[in-house]
Amino acid sequence: METKQSDYRVPDVYADWCPGCGDFGIMNALQMAFAELNLEPHRVVMVSGIGCSGKEPHNVKVNGVHTLHGRALPFAMGIKVANPKLEVLVIGGDGDGLGIGAGHFVNVGRRNLNLTYIIHNNGVYGLTKGQASPTLKRDLKTKSLPKPNINEAVNPIALAIISGYTFVARSYAYDVKHLKDTIKQGIQHRGLAFIDCLQPCPTYNDINTKDWYSGEDRKDAQGKPQSRLYKLEETGFDPEVRDWKEDWQKKAAALEKAQEWGDRIPIGIFYKKDYETTYGDRIAGRIPFYPTRPPAKQKLNDEKGISLVDLSEFLDDLKTS
Amino acid sequence: MVTDSINWMAGGAQGSGVDTAANIFGRACGYGGLYVFGRREYHSNIKGLHSYFHLRMAKKEILANVNDVNLLAAFDAETVVRHLSEVVPEGGVIVDTQEMETKVLAIPTFPPEYKMELQKFLKDNGIGETLKDMLDFAQSKKVKVFPVPYRGLLSKIGKTLNIAQISKITRMINVLTIGVSFALLKYDKSLVEKAVKATFPEKIAPMNIIALSEAYDYAVRTFKNSLSFKLEKTDVNEERIFLTGNQAVAMGKVLGGCRVQTYYPITPAADESEYLEAHEILKTRDEDEAIIVIQTEDEIAAVNSASGACLAGARAATSTSGPGFSLMAEGLSWAGNCEVPLVITYYQRGAPATGLPTRHGQADLRFAIHTGHGEFPRIILASGDIKECFYDAAKAFNLAEKYQMPVIHLIDKAMANCSQTYPVFDYSGFKIDRGDLLTEKDLEGKEYKRFQFTESGISPRAPLGTKNAVQWYTGDEHNETGHISEEPLNRILMMEKRMKKLALVEKEVPTEEKMNFYGDKDSENMVISWGSPKGAIIESIDLLRDEGLSLGFLQMRMLHPLPVEAVSRRLAGRKRIIDVEDNYTGQLGGVIREKTGISPNYYILKYTGRPTSTTEMYNALKAILTGKASERQVLMFGN
Repeated sequence: METKQSDYRVPDVYADWCPGCGDFGIMNALQMAFAELNLEPHRVVMVSGIGCSGKEPHNVKVNGVHTLHGRALPFAMGIKVANPKLEVLVIGGDGDGLGIGAGHFVNVGRRNLNLTYIIHNNGVYGLTKGQASPTLKRDLKTKSLPKPNINEAVNPIALAIISGYTFVARSYAYDVKHLKDTIKQGIQHRGLAFIDCLQPCPTYNDINTKDWYSGEDRKDAQGKPQSRLYKLEETGFDPEVRDWKEDWQKKAAALEKAQEWGDRIPIGIFYKKDYETTYGDRIAGRIPFYPTRPPAKQKLNDEKGISLVDLSEFLDDLKTS
Repeated sequence: MVTDSINWMAGGAQGSGVDTAANIFGRACGYGGLYVFGRREYHSNIKGLHSYFHLRMAKKEILANVNDVNLLAAFDAETVVRHLSEVVPEGGVIVDTQEMETKVLAIPTFPPEYKMELQKFLKDNGIGETLKDMLDFAQSKKVKVFPVPYRGLLSKIGKTLNIAQISKITRMINVLTIGVSFALLKYDKSLVEKAVKATFPEKIAPMNIIALSEAYDYAVRTFKNSLSFKLEKTDVNEERIFLTGNQAVAMGKVLGGCRVQTYYPITPAADESEYLEAHEILKTRDEDEAIIVIQTEDEIAAVNSASGACLAGARAATSTSGPGFSLMAEGLSWAGNCEVPLVITYYQRGAPATGLPTRHGQADLRFAIHTGHGEFPRIILASGDIKECFYDAAKAFNLAEKYQMPVIHLIDKAMANCSQTYPVFDYSGFKIDRGDLLTEKDLEGKEYKRFQFTESGISPRAPLGTKNAVQWYTGDEHNETGHISEEPLNRILMMEKRMKKLALVEKEVPTEEKMNFYGDKDSENMVISWGSPKGAIIESIDLLRDEGLSLGFLQMRMLHPLPVEAVSRRLAGRKRIIDVEDNYTGQLGGVIREKTGISPNYYILKYTGRPTSTTEMYNALKAILTGKASERQVLMFGN
């Protein structure tokens, strides 16, 4: 069955983000990506954390698991390990993933779980009224901060690369087409995909606004705004690791690109490595039948309800007679 | 107090093979048809600090430890110093001849507060400063001392094995003590050899058998007039196992269908997960299956990934101890709100904070009942012995899925690390009950609502990924579909839906699964307790009955929801209600008072981090029954 974007809408739920919020763009991009990939809704699970972004799954008609602040990744890991056939997407905010959930952000990279993780990066904690998030640059004072931010910002792209993510990209909530394409590639990537989605917060971030990203303050001679965003794919940047020998080289190049900010901000794919084994592969290396009989699909009992397990191997080791 | 058992103790520095010695000893006794109860004590340390193992053997089943040591096998001087006073008259001490002149107060691993105690003991009894002086004192109390030249034996063994460097085989001191012990106990050597073979890998078993033989023969030759008692084998016509609580829980989980286990390393829970990982491929009556063990980055990830696995339709659990459970609080609340059939195995240890990380405690009952913000239903099971650990671990998954709520299975360190002999568990009839679980077919042409309001409060469950069942979960209050809702009426209906499942548990789960009763049911004296004190209580009841003192014992196994009516019925009208727990405040007594209005009038409490022995339980209960005890007795035996 061919699916279309409208199949992924949830008519009963009012999307309660502020007018002009980037979350709408992300929602549309997700629905479009699912439709273009023709993913059956029951096979997809969107797992989210807390904050404005956490509500994203309620507005997309696939399975939604709206979890705890910072904990979407562990929930997603449990879901994916129990049933690797599910297409799992993790949705979280910058505070969710890089503040309270930073430990999971790093550790999930060690496992290269085959899922896609999208961070809504707007520099502020919106739902609690505009405190600085871990991605807000130092010395900035967004409008509801009592004083300028004295913390350095985390670089999500760089952190993902050194943590072991095998697909690391950035996109922009208002470039729905680019975002949709990036999400599709993330889903199609076999391994852990990270997408840093830049997003203005029209209510609390009065610095990195839509106009700031699109360069309304930097018009050329013809009066045309010079966008601060540029696409890596248009510069000939090659993010793909094809051989382990060039892995560090590619990582270094991506880290270099990840440092760019201010007047030139790259979006697109920074780093991509397809040949790395996934967590599922590693489990299957020990348990060969894992892909076909994962935990969620195992038969526990016979038709009378009696547990099928045979404990003799355990018991033989413990016998004293 | 009379018992017809023999209590053997081995002690030495951590890392010197105390556990292995105990394992060999226990097996050898098992091969001779004896029942064994083992208690393991160790410091939070890798190498060097004192650890010991008690093994108590008898022809009939034994349930707990006793204070009296009949034979102490010391690997080092510290063991002798710490445990000499536990050795009974006519009992024996095996000691390294080389340690005789050791100045006991100079033993570097003694902390200052212990040195003060020791100093006082030496002074009060007029004992000199060396280990020999202490042993002479013990001999004056009729304790027999068996000095063994460990190094001399090792160098002889080294020659046989062609190993010049004795330091390479000093680890075998544990086997030497086993050899000497069994020789002194006049036990069949071939059974000990069998146990050595079963314990060590094939490659090193032969050298250990040589060492064993050398020590055994040395003792037979040297100590002509040894102990006045001996360890006799007996015929047995059933198969038996010797196992720890950690192992019992692991097997129970497998039986109960657990297929994902998450954990973050913590004592004393981690042994269970490692044991499971070592056995990850599972035999069944059908195809092989597997349990996937995930070591997560912290306990927060452990609890939440286990919940995730439950949502996808696997039976999943996590195991932890107090500090880890503290971190799981928020995840538990989410699981309660989202009606996740999550199982948490909670191994209590000495607390608060890091507390006594390798020691025993039972101070987390209130915490288990109340952890997590807000009000949500949960079930709390507490096993009282290793066999119950097995069956409860399996049953927890049925309860969790049937009632769609988290189940906390409370164990304690004593049970986790104690080992006991049992006839092989019969699990042939164990049934899996997955509750109201829907398939794709059930849902065809229907609109699925994960949190549909029903009469019972239980909404039919479909795993994530089920066709025709796209569904939503949220930690926010939600409507039937699983979307966020802050509407007051919906809130009332949802709270009622979740909470009324507890009444269902109270009604449907049979009382005999929620509590056990032992002893005299008409007695005016009733003990209430939970967890590992059980064994010592039951043994004490038998001993007291022989003296004409009557006692009943209500062992609580489901602590939440508490079977209020059944408990009230059992306790009403008793003259003495004695609360026995390994904590400071008598938490079970408090819970029972809160729910039934009935108060215990005596407390036997222990919070030294060491489990209660039958000896001290018997003494404490007898003092109450004979009118010689205060309302609150605090026990302190154990080093």
